[in-house]
Amino acid sequence: MKKQMDRRQFLKLAGLGGVVFVSGLAGCASAGRKPGATAYDDFYFVQLSDTHWGFEGEAVNPDAKGTLKKAVAAVNNLNEKPDFIMFTGDLTHITDDPKIRRQRLAEFREIVSELKVTNVHFMPGEHDASLDRGAAFQEFFGKTHYTFDHKGVHFIVVDNVSDPGAKIGDEQLQWLSADLQQQDKDARIVVFTHRPLWDLYPKWDWATRDGAKAIDLLMPYNNVTVFYGHIHQENHHMTGHIAHHSAKSLIFPLPVAGSQPKREPLPWDASQPYRGLGYRSVEAEVETAEYVITEYPVLKG
Amino acid sequence: MNRSSLWMSVVVLTSAFIASTAGYVTAEPTERVIKITAKAFEYVPNEITLKKGELVVLELTSQDLFHGFNISDLGLRADLPPGKTARVQLTPDKTGDFEFHCDNFCGIGHENMNGVIHVVE
Repeated sequence: MKKQMDRRQFLKLAGLGGVVFVSGLAGCASAGRKPGATAYDDFYFVQLSDTHWGFEGEAVNPDAKGTLKKAVAAVNNLNEKPDFIMFTGDLTHITDDPKIRRQRLAEFREIVSELKVTNVHFMPGEHDASLDRGAAFQEFFGKTHYTFDHKGVHFIVVDNVSDPGAKIGDEQLQWLSADLQQQDKDARIVVFTHRPLWDLYPKWDWATRDGAKAIDLLMPYNNVTVFYGHIHQENHHMTGHIAHHSAKSLIFPLPVAGSQPKREPLPWDASQPYRGLGYRSVEAEVETAEYVITEYPVLKG
Repeated sequence: MNRSSLWMSVVVLTSAFIASTAGYVTAEPTERVIKITAKAFEYVPNEITLKKGELVVLELTSQDLFHGFNISDLGLRADLPPGKTARVQLTPDKTGDFEFHCDNFCGIGHENMNGVIHVVE
């Protein structure tokens, strides 16, 4: 705990990023500690999302080939190493050509291999996986849905992109249900998805067709937080007691839902390069089940 | 928006059903059939004007990929497998513009595959 408080104090003193969101149920979480359990060990991880390697569009991002590399360098320069890094999908930009898809996945993997943190988790977005049901992604990064545990938090990676109909699917929902049944009702649970599980704006594909079923499965658990990508901007939303936090992109920002007729990327602003792009750290305060989200720009201003 | 009040009836049928009922078409209430073709990555037509209160059947056929048809404001959707025809029957009882889009990820132009239904007096 001392270590993490020092880190947050450092963030405030240094004026980096800015703590923008504290998510969780402070005061409700101590009941989750089992008798005889050891003290919780706080930690933080970094979420990067929607890197769209292979995208080209001068008007949107004239540094499309450099932005991901700058983000990797920025993460490597964080004052304190994160425990792990999570990429929440759309690692590559869509292509109809399976060969080019694999080439982009290979190039992406090569670039992120420069990360100093070796504990890195990946999941696909629809650009990576929807045209071949995740086949190419799995060749490079393994399963598209899985779980892992880290210092008292149970992480669940849910794939809502390999089905081109934006569905999780009954089979994966059964897997999710079986996994959750192994968890204590007060377990600290973090879910990673690409698309939002809730109906943020379905006409722009900002929804999961059977996302409500996943939320229903998660609802009995007291400490659940969802981190996702896809919409290329921050969004913070509650479904009951479950918090959902979307991340910025590392290629181009998208407009606020419904703020313009079409879901077109926001144009590059030469006076403010990389505006709207970035990544985040998530500081897990496990005992209180709080998550302190700090947003970082691609380049320090 | 109350979906049930806006659309009096919606039926999505497969082409097999169309074939089985083809002999009874003349006995059914008058309906306007609008054929819509889905192909990478557009609907033709992608702008449709309906009159409030008229009975309409949208006959949607994909020429190539597995597309979708979704009017999300109304909670209506249909899968469009290639070579089959889906029928969406509806009777709008409110005026306005209602966007539709493809909701089965179909390729590089998927995100711009959309259209609008105008409902007028």
